[in-house]
Amino acid sequence: MTLQLAAPAVRPASWLGGRWVRFAVRRTGRLLVSVWVLATAAFLMVHAVPGDPVRAALGANAPASLVEAKRASLGLDRPLLEQYLSFLQGLVTGDLGSSIVTQVEVSETIRTGLPGTLTLAVAAFVLAVAVSIPLGVGIAVLTRRGRARRTEFAFAGTSVVLGTIPDFLLGVLLVYLFAVELQWFPVAGRSGPESYVLPVIALAAGAVAILSRIMRVEMLAVLEADYMRTARAKRLSPLRTYLVHALPNAVTATLTIGGLLLGGLVAGTVLVENVFAWPGLGGTLVRSMLGKDYPLVQGIVLVYGVLVLLVQTLVDVLLALLDPRSTIGDS
Amino acid sequence: MSPLVLDQVTVRYGRSTVVDEVSLTVEPGQTLGLVGESGCGKSTVARAIVGLVPLTGGHVLLGGRPLPRRGRRRPVQMVFQDPYSSLDPRMSVGESIAEGFAERLSPVARRTEVARLLDLVHLDPARAKSLPGRLSGGQRQRVALARALAGRPEVVVADEITSALDVSVQAAVLNLVREMQRELGLSMLFISHNLAVVRYVAHDVAVMQDGRIVESGPSDEVLTVPRDEYTRTLLEAVPGAGA
Amino acid sequence: MRRVLTPLGITGFALLALILFLAVFAPSIWGDRATTVDVPSALQGSSSEHWLGTDALGRDLFARVLVATRLSLELAAIATVIRVAVGLLLGTAPMFLGRRLGGVVMAAVTILVAFPALLVVLFLATIFGVGATGAVLAIGLAGAPSFARLCHTLFASVEASDYIAAARTAGVSRPRILFRHVLPNVAEPLVVSATIDMGYTLLAFAGLSFLGLGVQVPSYDWGQLMQDNLSRIYTDPLAAIGPGLAVVIAGLAFNFIGEAVARSFGTRDDVRRPVAPPRRVPASLRRQDQPDLLTVEDLRVDFTTSRGVSRPVRGVSFSVKAGEAVGIVGESGSGKSMTALAVAGLVDEAGVVDAGRLSFDGADLLDGGDHRRLLGTSLAMVFQDPMTSFNPAHRIGAQLAEVGRTHQALGRRVAWARAVDRLQAVRVREPERRARQYPFEFSGGMRQRAMLAMGLMGSPRLVIADEPTTALDVTVQKEVLALLGEIREQEGAALLFISHDVSVVREVCDRVLVMYAGRIVEDLPASELDESSHPYTRALVAAVPHMETDTDRPLAVIPGQMIDPSESPAGCAFAARCPRASVRCGVEEPVLEVLPSGARVACWHPGEARSVLMEKAEVRR
Ligand SMILES: Nc1ncnc2c1ncn2[C@@H]1O[C@H](COP(=O)(O)OP(=O)(O)OP(=O)(O)O)[C@@H](O)[C@H]1O
Ligand code: SF4
Ligand SMILES: [Mg+2]
Repeated sequence: MTLQLAAPAVRPASWLGGRWVRFAVRRTGRLLVSVWVLATAAFLMVHAVPGDPVRAALGANAPASLVEAKRASLGLDRPLLEQYLSFLQGLVTGDLGSSIVTQVEVSETIRTGLPGTLTLAVAAFVLAVAVSIPLGVGIAVLTRRGRARRTEFAFAGTSVVLGTIPDFLLGVLLVYLFAVELQWFPVAGRSGPESYVLPVIALAAGAVAILSRIMRVEMLAVLEADYMRTARAKRLSPLRTYLVHALPNAVTATLTIGGLLLGGLVAGTVLVENVFAWPGLGGTLVRSMLGKDYPLVQGIVLVYGVLVLLVQTLVDVLLALLDPRSTIGDS
Repeated sequence: MSPLVLDQVTVRYGRSTVVDEVSLTVEPGQTLGLVGESGCGKSTVARAIVGLVPLTGGHVLLGGRPLPRRGRRRPVQMVFQDPYSSLDPRMSVGESIAEGFAERLSPVARRTEVARLLDLVHLDPARAKSLPGRLSGGQRQRVALARALAGRPEVVVADEITSALDVSVQAAVLNLVREMQRELGLSMLFISHNLAVVRYVAHDVAVMQDGRIVESGPSDEVLTVPRDEYTRTLLEAVPGAGA
Repeated sequence: MRRVLTPLGITGFALLALILFLAVFAPSIWGDRATTVDVPSALQGSSSEHWLGTDALGRDLFARVLVATRLSLELAAIATVIRVAVGLLLGTAPMFLGRRLGGVVMAAVTILVAFPALLVVLFLATIFGVGATGAVLAIGLAGAPSFARLCHTLFASVEASDYIAAARTAGVSRPRILFRHVLPNVAEPLVVSATIDMGYTLLAFAGLSFLGLGVQVPSYDWGQLMQDNLSRIYTDPLAAIGPGLAVVIAGLAFNFIGEAVARSFGTRDDVRRPVAPPRRVPASLRRQDQPDLLTVEDLRVDFTTSRGVSRPVRGVSFSVKAGEAVGIVGESGSGKSMTALAVAGLVDEAGVVDAGRLSFDGADLLDGGDHRRLLGTSLAMVFQDPMTSFNPAHRIGAQLAEVGRTHQALGRRVAWARAVDRLQAVRVREPERRARQYPFEFSGGMRQRAMLAMGLMGSPRLVIADEPTTALDVTVQKEVLALLGEIREQEGAALLFISHDVSVVREVCDRVLVMYAGRIVEDLPASELDESSHPYTRALVAAVPHMETDTDRPLAVIPGQMIDPSESPAGCAFAARCPRASVRCGVEEPVLEVLPSGARVACWHPGEARSVLMEKAEVRR
């Protein structure tokens, strides 16, 4: 036996560097393009509104002079390209304009609302991943090859129903059961940790239902893979076979398919926040949409969009860590 | 009958050159075998001939003229490697074959022609109504051959048509290929990685490596007294040969 | 269709029928009741008169929920039509706009798909304004990108299939290809997807109306009813939840139907685990001579499937001596791989493996003990497909080192060093660097070597190789076979080599077992393959062209097909395809008899010429 003790722990896998750098560059590039598309869409949104957005926001009774003044202060009387460039410039410096209705700076409103939304989304993300992966694996192992028919049926039924119930309705049901009837948790608002329980469950439940179903299918597929036969041929312990050989591949496949779903959690907060009167951006967004306060809508939509893109980038990085193949080539 | 000539055919995918200035001639009524290892560009040559892949350079000529790319008349037909994906799963065997006809036929004429073709490839004409899902790999490959023959081609390109088949079925398909070729006087480009199979069906052989033809000539010469180093390596690797 | 009518499908269709009935008839039946204002009885809770209670104007909520079915369904249907139409248009754009412009469209679609539908809906709702029309447009358009992507993927996969290529070479026109080949093959999944989406569209409307951005008073759909009464959750829960229930039921109806149809596409192979009584061969039948490395007696593998019992291996007996190379040949499905897996104890749980005796290296593998260490270190396996036999998520070195760590109690570094050393032993160049690579960075031939190196982590007494070179080029095959030979020499390991290629087996093995329909039909020295006695062996050898085959004569063929593992014929399983078959062959099963030479053959007419046989048959009659 030669004595070349070149375990990966001794020397970090530097040769991977090239591939990782390329992956980072490509992924960042994609993120930037998406952000640009998002920003452009948000900019165009205000101009795509039929009629005069300022008139719409201030109402039919507002004096013409006020509307004109407002238009000028928003820069809407300047050439489109100029507006676009100053809009992009504003984005970079964090200046998103100010509300037509309240005059408060949009960035200020976002700063107050964002923490609420973000904590909700992050908590739901973590819960969704933390529950659906073990759940999917467990059910897959239990129901492999048509065993435990009843468990499979119950699981499939529950997950379809749970996946179909919209999160806001689930929120209402949860409030009724656990806040009104049992009084275990507060009905609404953001206070102590217990106030998080219901909104986070309402938001994550649908994702858990769908993700765990995907996870189960992927796990079953992985268990039939040739390399699992190789693992069994090595006579490893069953636990090791499942955890070390099956799990990473099944999680990879699940994230590839279900990654978009996790981004959807960000948008889902809008509805859930409305159910729980949660102090976040969701309520503000709906109010500003109803009040046609376009600069505010624009800013908040941008924030949601960027959050979604960040979640997806995070998922891709997770995938790259789990499955080295995904760092090369790109779909 | 006229020769099929490949003149300096080049195919590039992006920056990589897959087929590099390949010149070949399939003589009328003869079978040219094309051998080489996986990824050397054999299938791309086949696809380039029938127009499934655009040429980057060079010409494919039949009797001195370029091949028609429009209309129903296609004098060069192709049979594919995988018998399980080369037939539309939703189309009956008869319909699949009838698609190859070069001219419009009356329903009765179609039926008799389909029956004739099925009989030609030694399948029960009653099979015309079955879906491919009911057929075995060998039977599917016969249907694919019948479809290729339906257009009354001058040249048939066969791309690894036996490599997905069991040895016993392979023998039957190889016998059929030789029988067709002799009886109908077809010209044929027979692509395979298996030298013994090529030796069995082909009059001439061309050896391909990394997109280039390294040697070509009559089978009995190339496969017994190879001149190229690579051909020799290939021959030595055949199981049972000089090991 | 019958497969769609599972309990799931039936429930779905029943619910859908109910919903459609309500959509058509509810407004005329309950329309009055739903709009009759009765202020004194406003905001009542659930009662026998008002099942869900009444709203702020005293209107019966249950009637309103029923009547709202029509509008809710209409809106969802229109939005779905928009979604499908725009999605189809975008998804097929690359086909009409050419590669470049189509590529731009698909790139845009890819970016759009990344944004959650709800966010896009809110964005579009801002543009189109609050109200039913805006909501329909917003929800329809927001769903279009994902439908476009599905279309594109489906179309692209069908377009890339060989049968489209075949149609193109046959000169079939473009429109005809589209209508005859492409559309029929993409239609089903698209319809399923649209059905399931219809359910989600209903939910999306509910969400939008719930936010107050959808249907506006005096019109009402389920979402609007929900929004209206939600605040009453504390007092009259049914009033708050009732409309939501309607949404969920409708959503489930579409979901169930889509799911049932989708499931009916993939044939699900349900395997039940049978209870097989343990069966032991009497001791007298066991061979008593010198200890073989591997002894297999009366090995059977059964699977119980929905179509009956399948018996891929039906009583196989053989032995392998230390250092011996034994080949198994036979057509596809003859049970070669299953035999090897059964010997190695790797048949998956659905299969029932049973044997009179199964011993390896002195250990009785059937005694129920833990033979993991023995098998893990003394039995090496190489499988057919090098591309799928390594775990894609782990480094090659780690996958090798794992064996040492599990069975030889090696530490991390020592195991790793041994893995590198073993890679070197199978002549992988730069083994240290290679050990840190992932399987996808290895070529096929290198993977097979790495697989052998994995077997060499222990000290293998037997290497079971199931078609190890079938997927490889001849030149690479030669190297791998040479390596196998070396391992046998250096380690003194025996080899069980499975192949459908007689010429390879002849080159590698000392002895050959010929399998047909789950049985060994002949067992003979590899050098005598040309003088075999069994008609199947003869045909198998003659069917393979080699470099000396007479090119003027047709190849020998074996007519017909092998029997299915679920059939059990009375006589010889080969009888239907055998040129020598006699009456006896059809009724009595030939047993594997030991010939004076030590070879074994299972045939009533071994080595006989056909003419002789015909005469015999004549005489018998
Ligand atoms: N899980 C299973 N359930 C039922 N039947 C099975 C199962 N797995 C394999 N079989 C059947 O066992 C039979 C023998 O299969 P096996 O893989 O041993 O054949 P083989 O000789 O190795 O063929 P090949 O040359 O194609 O590899 C086949 O008919 C197959 O359909
Ligand atoms: S037993 Fe009869 S049918 Fe079977 S192989 Fe021998 S001769 Fe043929
Ligand atoms: Mg096999």
